[in-house]
Amino acid sequence: MSTPSRVITLTLDDREVGAHTDQTILEVARENGIVIPTLCHLEGLLPIGACRICLVEVVGSNKLLPACATKVTDGMRVITQSERLTRYRRRVVEFLFASGNHICAVCVSNHHCELQDMAVYTGMSHLTEPYRYPKLRVDASHERFVQDDNRCILCQRCVRVCAEIEGAHTWDVMGRGIEARVITDLNQPWGESDTCTSCSKCVQVCPTGALSIKGMAAAEMKKRKHFLAQYWTLKEEES
Amino acid sequence: MSRTIVIDPVTRIEGHAKITIYLNDEGNVRDARFHVTQYRGFEKFCEGRPYTEMPALTARTCGICPISHLMAASKACDAILAVRIPDTAVKLRKIVNLAQIIQSHALSFFHLSSPDLLLGMDAPIEQRNILGLAASHPEMAREGIWLRKFGQQIIEKIAGKRIHPAWTVPGGVSAPLAPETREWILSQLPEGIRIIQRVLEWYKSAYGQFADEIEYFANFPSLFMGLVNEDDSLEHYDGALRVVDDRRRIIADRIPSADYQDYISEYVEPDSYLKSPFYKMMGYPEGIYRVGPLARLNCAERTGAPLSAVELFAFRKLSKGAVLSSFHYHYARLIEILFGFERIEQLLNESDILSEHVRAHAGPNREEGVGISEAPRGMLLHHYKVDRNGLITWANLIIATGHNNLAMNRGIAQAAKHYVKGDKIKEGALNRVEAVIRCYDPCLSCSTHAFGEMPMRVQLIGPEGTLLDEKIRTI
Repeated sequence: MSTPSRVITLTLDDREVGAHTDQTILEVARENGIVIPTLCHLEGLLPIGACRICLVEVVGSNKLLPACATKVTDGMRVITQSERLTRYRRRVVEFLFASGNHICAVCVSNHHCELQDMAVYTGMSHLTEPYRYPKLRVDASHERFVQDDNRCILCQRCVRVCAEIEGAHTWDVMGRGIEARVITDLNQPWGESDTCTSCSKCVQVCPTGALSIKGMAAAEMKKRKHFLAQYWTLKEEES
Repeated sequence: MSRTIVIDPVTRIEGHAKITIYLNDEGNVRDARFHVTQYRGFEKFCEGRPYTEMPALTARTCGICPISHLMAASKACDAILAVRIPDTAVKLRKIVNLAQIIQSHALSFFHLSSPDLLLGMDAPIEQRNILGLAASHPEMAREGIWLRKFGQQIIEKIAGKRIHPAWTVPGGVSAPLAPETREWILSQLPEGIRIIQRVLEWYKSAYGQFADEIEYFANFPSLFMGLVNEDDSLEHYDGALRVVDDRRRIIADRIPSADYQDYISEYVEPDSYLKSPFYKMMGYPEGIYRVGPLARLNCAERTGAPLSAVELFAFRKLSKGAVLSSFHYHYARLIEILFGFERIEQLLNESDILSEHVRAHAGPNREEGVGISEAPRGMLLHHYKVDRNGLITWANLIIATGHNNLAMNRGIAQAAKHYVKGDKIKEGALNRVEAVIRCYDPCLSCSTHAFGEMPMRVQLIGPEGTLLDEKIRTI
């Protein structure tokens, strides 16, 4: 049986704030108007702390913690903005760019991409690490959608939305570390998936051009994520 | 003892190149070669990408004429979709393509070549540029800049941005023409026409001073290739291919884009990354042909617009058959700027130009598509093959500068034989050899799909391969 939530106080960037013990640092920060950048996180899906963009400093902890997946505790002192955090966040974005093949100029999501926005936000004007230029797959076997591994940042929003909201669990992750890839079913072409319902939720929540609607040219893919909020509103009304 | 002169890099062109001039035992020029020394590999790295990406992807070949690549790529993708795109989309693409030709021709004529024409081939090198022109002929420089700016502004206002807009897409264009943009362009056109008519008058009065250059600047019989409309008028976007000979006799006509391989083959020279296409029926290297403004005017019977028709009439008087001297690429370029303004005005006055139906939607219905359009420098050809999911499996791009490769080589050999004497390269001779290349306005970044700055190197090499003299210029 889970422990009932109780009200506590903590400090966010020298501001004392109240919170419930079942809340994450990110939730409390947003309630109090404090901006913590996120990338893999999406309101309405379970947090997994995959991208490490939302790292914050917690006094007393010798490591940085993901704000999206760390619960608040009584008397916690959190620092959300510092030179160290800025440096780490920019580094995370650099690694994401270096590990894939992110050519914004020709991407379907150019100007509508959360990774691109994050590069601007963190001031990532260039890479200090060499590009890996991995040879990755483009799967255009689905009748309506295209999956481009070159643009995937492994945020796993597609995996989560498919399992948690659609209930199909078509998507999952295969492999380890930098070799990890999102796959459909048992790594068969998307067009041959037995479980995919072609609902397009994965496409709409994907933060980059990794998943897109077929036939879109450069810069044409605009994602619509508002269905998640509508889904949870309806759920609440039902219950 | 035969020797060799090398010009490396070639300057005031869009690309990185080298010229080698070979001398014979008597110290006279035996041959000259034009080498393009960079490589990018667009055709290879396009493989595996969705066909919908090709317009944006191949447009990155060039920052000067990205619109041309957008046009050819989009037409190749239209062929893969197997759709007839809306008429308004065709007209809008034509306007933007003409605006691109206007701005590129203005860049070529005013920024790159007019210093030779106005200041003289032998003028000091430090003055022979657009800044020198601005100092000596401020009005001409200002008007040249205005023309280029206007072309770029038309592109920006219709397509969203001046360089690499994502507006042209498979199936049409992504946004219709705004009424206020139409009004603005129409309001500016008279000024453009006034400027270019004045420049044309100046050119016609001045080219007599360049009789020697006209005679020796790549002036030889060859075939000419270009698009023409059904009524034989000048066309830059659509139409079918025509090939004429040096007497303007039609050798081949109404060639559909998809059949280009029946007429054009490609040869690869060991000393250049630039391909050497040739007219298949005549073989290599006899099948030499030229493309671009000079070829287009030689191929078309009429322009299809009144003011440029008058200019074409005067242009025809240069020769009984085709105009053969590549020096007159400059003349043809000016006539095309005038035609561009006239044609844009005609298109903007079409009744459906503001229609919002500008895109056809379809999936890949064919596994192969060819798109040909006229880039500023000549015929541009994109040919793609896709798998059943629409991923590119093979691509071939033949760029205008590539079509002209054999002609440029023959042209510099002709000029070098006339102007280069002895084992030292004199500045005036060097500039004239370069100026032959400039007539073609080659875009080497496009033609090899190469990348980098555009300096020039000329080497003079003796009969035993020893380097006798070398000139390098970085501007």
